[in-house]
Amino acid sequence: MTMSQVPVSYRVSERQDETHDTVTLTLEPAGAPLESSKPGQFMMLYAFGVGEVPVSVSGPPGAAGLTHTIRAVGAVSRALCSAAPGQAVGVRGPFGTSWHESDAFGQDLLVIGGGIGLAPLRPAVLAALREPGRYRHITVLIGARSPAELVFAAEYERWRDSGATVEVTVDRADAGWHGHVSVVTQLVGPSGLDPRRTLALICGPEVMMRLTAQTLLAAGMTASQIRVSLERNMQCGVGECGHCQFGPLLLCRDGPVVSYHAAAPLLSIREL
Amino acid sequence: MTESTAAALAGHTFATGLSRQHIDRLAAHATAIEIPAGQRIFAEGQLAARFWLVISGRVALDLQIPGRGRLIVETLGPGDELGLSWLGPIRQWQFGAVAQLPVTALEFQSAAVEALCDYDHELGYKLTRRLLATAVSRLQAARIRILDLYAVPVRSAGGP
Repeated sequence: MTMSQVPVSYRVSERQDETHDTVTLTLEPAGAPLESSKPGQFMMLYAFGVGEVPVSVSGPPGAAGLTHTIRAVGAVSRALCSAAPGQAVGVRGPFGTSWHESDAFGQDLLVIGGGIGLAPLRPAVLAALREPGRYRHITVLIGARSPAELVFAAEYERWRDSGATVEVTVDRADAGWHGHVSVVTQLVGPSGLDPRRTLALICGPEVMMRLTAQTLLAAGMTASQIRVSLERNMQCGVGECGHCQFGPLLLCRDGPVVSYHAAAPLLSIREL
Repeated sequence: MTESTAAALAGHTFATGLSRQHIDRLAAHATAIEIPAGQRIFAEGQLAARFWLVISGRVALDLQIPGRGRLIVETLGPGDELGLSWLGPIRQWQFGAVAQLPVTALEFQSAAVEALCDYDHELGYKLTRRLLATAVSRLQAARIRILDLYAVPVRSAGGP
């Protein structure tokens, strides 16, 4: 058994409710910490006695602790979402590829997140906003089901103050909402996209990523300028067990961040 | 028509590709207007006899639903066309519209534009193509939202 397969003990130091079913946990190492993650990478989180699940890192890169934003969709994620401060969590990682947002130095960085898909993008946004002068422009487009289901909503103003353009849209809202109501792809047109000088990072439900990428391609971007974060049944984290195979890719190793050039032909294959 | 109205129309996405002559003819029926935030532009059920090209600001299309209050169906902004119900068989607004932010727009009386299109079929064809593209885009967006993309996937519900 290699070290990457042995969970390291962390403790929940902070718990922040994001939405009715989504929680952000901050974890501190109980002993020696794991290696720092890069934006876009994921960890395997182990709820003792329940099971293990892959969760992207949602906190700032280089931080001492780990930050994960988790949506309660099954037994393990529900157990993690209900973890209280002080509770132990097993952690393996970091695993997988990163956004490499710095490839957009000198160009526009366009970040598009749908629902909880904003969580894996947050480290890239925070990293870019540490040195906004190295980008021509940083734009963050956010889509969610409703205003109540926006994650990190309290941070958007801070991101704007740090130099990013942040636009938020929801699928449905009542009269108290003063933002956009539309599909996130409809924010692309008014964003002032320069298709020749933009790197786009997209994360959200697969259909949303496909439609968003198609919108960007129609606007003149190439598939190589677009990166998406894909998810399958990650288990070992090191490309050995094969559970996360996606065509020729083992997503725990070759993903989760993948160029749309590689992802596009695979995303259209049914049940892949 | 003022020169500034024609210039505003020429700079609007909706008019991209129209000839100078067509822009001038259409601009003759346009009025530049400003709508303060919070002002209702039209209400559900009223006669639909105008449309607008939004230059700046944001408009919320809404619907009053008993027991649920006023829900926002969609928002429109710069570059968008506001008002499609005048094209339908029943010329009544299907939804209401309210300025969510201060709005500047070009306002058209639909009867005058229809008469212009009857007179100039080429312009009529080009406007019809643009209005159809607007309708298709809204239809596709509505269909995507019906999919409820951000709901918990079925395969995850019993998963990890």
